[in-house]
Amino acid sequence: MEEVDVNPTVTNIPAIRHGKHMGFAWGPEDILVYETQFKASGPSLSGPGGSFIHKVRKDEDIHSPILRKLFNESHHIFVGLQTIKEDVPSKSKKPQFVSISRNYRSVIRACMEELQQVAVSTKDTEMATQYGNQVSILLAIELIWNLCEVLFIDAAPAGSLLLHLLDWVRLHNADADEKAKDVLQSDSPAEHHHYWDVVVSYVLQGRLEEARQMLAKQATRQPASRNMYKLMDGLLSKMPFYNPGGTQTLTEFDVKWRNWHEEVDRYLKDNSFSSNYHLELICKILVGDEDALLEQKELLSTWYHFLITRLLYCHPTVKPIELHYYAQSCLTMFLDSRSVQEPLDSILLAAFEFDIYLVIKDCSIVLNNWWFVAHLTDLLDHCKLLHSHNLNFGSNMREFLLIEYASGLFTHHSLWQCAVDYFDHCPELGRACLELQIERVPLDTERKALKVLRICEDRQMSEQVRSICKIMAMRALRNNRLGSALSWSIRAKDAAFATLISERFLQDYCTKGTFSDLDLIDNLGPAMLLSDRLTFLGKYREFHKLYGEKRFKEAAKLLLSLMTAKIAPRSFWMTLLTDALPLLEQKEVIFSADQTYELMYCLEELTSSLDTAAPGADSPMQEQDVEQTKVELLRLSLARNLAMAIVKEGTVDT
Amino acid sequence: MFVARSIAADHKDLIHDVSYDFHGRRMATCSSDQSVKVWDKRENGEWQCTASWKTHSGSVWRVTWAHPEFGQVLASCSFDRTAAVWEEIVGESNDKQRGLSHWIKRTTLVDSRTSVTDVKFAPKHMGLMLATCSADGVVRIYEAPDVMNLSQWSLQHEISCKLSCSCISWNPSSSRAHPPMFAVGSDDSNVAYGGKVQIYEYNENTRKYSKAETLMTVTDAVHDIAFAPNLGRSFHVLAIATKDVRIFKLVPLRKESTAAGPTKFEVQIVAQFDNHNSQVWRVSWNITSTLLASSGDDGCVRLWKANYMENWKCTGILKGDGSPLTGSSGQPSAMNMVVGSSVQNSQNILNGMSAGS
Repeated sequence: MEEVDVNPTVTNIPAIRHGKHMGFAWGPEDILVYETQFKASGPSLSGPGGSFIHKVRKDEDIHSPILRKLFNESHHIFVGLQTIKEDVPSKSKKPQFVSISRNYRSVIRACMEELQQVAVSTKDTEMATQYGNQVSILLAIELIWNLCEVLFIDAAPAGSLLLHLLDWVRLHNADADEKAKDVLQSDSPAEHHHYWDVVVSYVLQGRLEEARQMLAKQATRQPASRNMYKLMDGLLSKMPFYNPGGTQTLTEFDVKWRNWHEEVDRYLKDNSFSSNYHLELICKILVGDEDALLEQKELLSTWYHFLITRLLYCHPTVKPIELHYYAQSCLTMFLDSRSVQEPLDSILLAAFEFDIYLVIKDCSIVLNNWWFVAHLTDLLDHCKLLHSHNLNFGSNMREFLLIEYASGLFTHHSLWQCAVDYFDHCPELGRACLELQIERVPLDTERKALKVLRICEDRQMSEQVRSICKIMAMRALRNNRLGSALSWSIRAKDAAFATLISERFLQDYCTKGTFSDLDLIDNLGPAMLLSDRLTFLGKYREFHKLYGEKRFKEAAKLLLSLMTAKIAPRSFWMTLLTDALPLLEQKEVIFSADQTYELMYCLEELTSSLDTAAPGADSPMQEQDVEQTKVELLRLSLARNLAMAIVKEGTVDT
Repeated sequence: MFVARSIAADHKDLIHDVSYDFHGRRMATCSSDQSVKVWDKRENGEWQCTASWKTHSGSVWRVTWAHPEFGQVLASCSFDRTAAVWEEIVGESNDKQRGLSHWIKRTTLVDSRTSVTDVKFAPKHMGLMLATCSADGVVRIYEAPDVMNLSQWSLQHEISCKLSCSCISWNPSSSRAHPPMFAVGSDDSNVAYGGKVQIYEYNENTRKYSKAETLMTVTDAVHDIAFAPNLGRSFHVLAIATKDVRIFKLVPLRKESTAAGPTKFEVQIVAQFDNHNSQVWRVSWNITSTLLASSGDDGCVRLWKANYMENWKCTGILKGDGSPLTGSSGQPSAMNMVVGSSVQNSQNILNGMSAGS
């Protein structure tokens, strides 16, 4: 059977003149189009063609708040399904899979009911139509899913198969119950104009107990036909139904059923019901008369109802592999010249043919949203019903569909987090796709950025971590939030950027005399080691703290080590030496003689390098003078300190 | 698909390029009116123009964003034979309140003798680098070694392609298995001159770009070219806009360790579509590389998608119909499935289902 062919949809764009060139630009969730002219051969030829930019979107269900529940809840089910242990053989997991399938379906139904409520209650006719359409789609999806569950997942053998199919049809044919409600609530049910419709519908659905109860009402009204009604009641009560849990074998059931069938046929040929049109009709149905069944087209309303009814009354022991033959013929019989086979019909037919691939393929083509095919395929794959050796494609169909679905979620401001789990469970393609998409999540707030980061860190996506941190650091830097920029650089382990920001901090200090973001610098901890400049910044701040706490000796030691251990950049040495001045000028001797010698050495190193550097062609005379004065001052202080230190160290305390 | 919103761009002349930034929160447009406009997306989904300024002395053909790792940086190229790099300056607080920002020119790249037809930033792992191509057939690659000082750009490579260039595309792959690579398309209409698409690859040893491949089967003028995002594949996918839409697969052939020179490729054509029935002017991949869009002389934009069997199909067409722009620019038509008469009246079924289930 061929796959469904659907032509590409055409979307009209207003305000772009017909035939004019259309430029476009891809966005995360849309495509922008605008009128333009592509011949880049010179100045443009025409005036402004109305310069509008149009944002074109797919009909995205993720923007519907009700459907969002569907996506969220099915996400839970999906994750639960992935964690079922692999070691247990598939056969014993069947009840689990059926249960999961039912979970999915109940989520669909809950969503449908909510949509239906809104559709009914809204006053906006356009909205009502839209919601109504969505309900129809979900109905169709549930119908298909349910059938797939019966045929593929539950995979009932002959006997049970028909019973499950009966359930399926009953679930999707509520007309009978609607009418029954009306009939029963009326004063005289047996006289209601829908009475016989209800009875016949019950019979068509194999709900014989209810049919009998309904008939009893008619029987009491027609005492003259009492015998006929009694006969019918008898036939209805005696119809055998296969009991899968029972001791009777299928063959035994078949024999019993044939006997019953023959009995009904005898009464029909006997004209036992010929005086009552309705009872005779019921009898014909019981015997599986095709024409009689086809006459009930309106009550059956669908070819697959017709199929199941026909099987019920002609061949209840139908085997799975025989289904497609009956399905095709029922479809043909049911559709007259006026009706056309529609995509839904093709999909159901493919299911009856047990062509799983075709079902999935057709659903992918016909439906706008990947939700259904992605989750169903995933479930079928877990049931080991998909064999990937059929596919040429490197990776498999399941991953393809899951990724299509999850990619669609990524553009949503909250659903993107669900999407991550889907990628996680696609071992071949998932990671690459996730890496690509997670980088694009807009980092609107710090909180969101941290969320995204955690996801990347949990998965060791180091490049993405680095990139996101860098983006945040850059943003902070541009807005002059140095502390934030620094902490992002540290998180990115970006030494170069950390160096840059540390420089900025130090520059700021030089110009303003104070540090900003002290908290951050004070609590750097081991992160300090990321870059030399950062280490210096941290240590320099430590020096200031020690000084502020009047722990002068420690401060002095630290200050000296910054220069001798070459942690401080040469350009900063002058500042450091200037910082040393107040320590040198204290009454108490702080720097030891050795330390003073070292300081002097540093000063000399500094001044000699300054001298060899191009003699201040750039720096004005004033600056040079200031520098010179500083140096002089330092030399004096150092000398004085040295003297005091030598004396102190030479003195013996008595 | 439907038109969700229409933005009045307010350019005084034709728009030639529209470009989203990396996160899809900002947009840049450029026009024959010689200006560039930058738009910011507000929380309510509306676009606000936060900057508009004259950038060139001729039509501006393309505008493109650098990766946000480098800050807020744009590049533009123009008929006036120059390309320029712009950086956003964080303004005064009252400007911010009014929602305005300022962009200043960091550098002008004046090396081209003719109209600069395309400008593209290189993938971020290569640093802040961009390539321009011109009608004089030269591809120029510039680099800003100091990311904090965008006024310093140096011309690192000048590559003569011999044919007038119309478009350039960097291979976005950051895999270590792939050296830096770009593709150039030529719109030279002389069919005798052979392949109109050239692939250049960077060689670590020579520190130069050398030609790795010429697509000889593409003999008609090429108007646009686009590498697809990589997704961890070992091969490259390239889309080309020429007299039709073509998609090529470039499979790197295993190199012997001693072999010098660029990678050899096996070139396969994956798909070819002539649905536009006319010249195709633009091709571009969406972010996840699952959809390719093309625009042609027939005034349509077509969307192409491959299924899991790698069969390509057209999945949508956008067409201008010249209808007036109304307030409500269209309603979503929900999921497009023909459900038809097979499915019962929804209400009944729902009622029945809650009763019967």
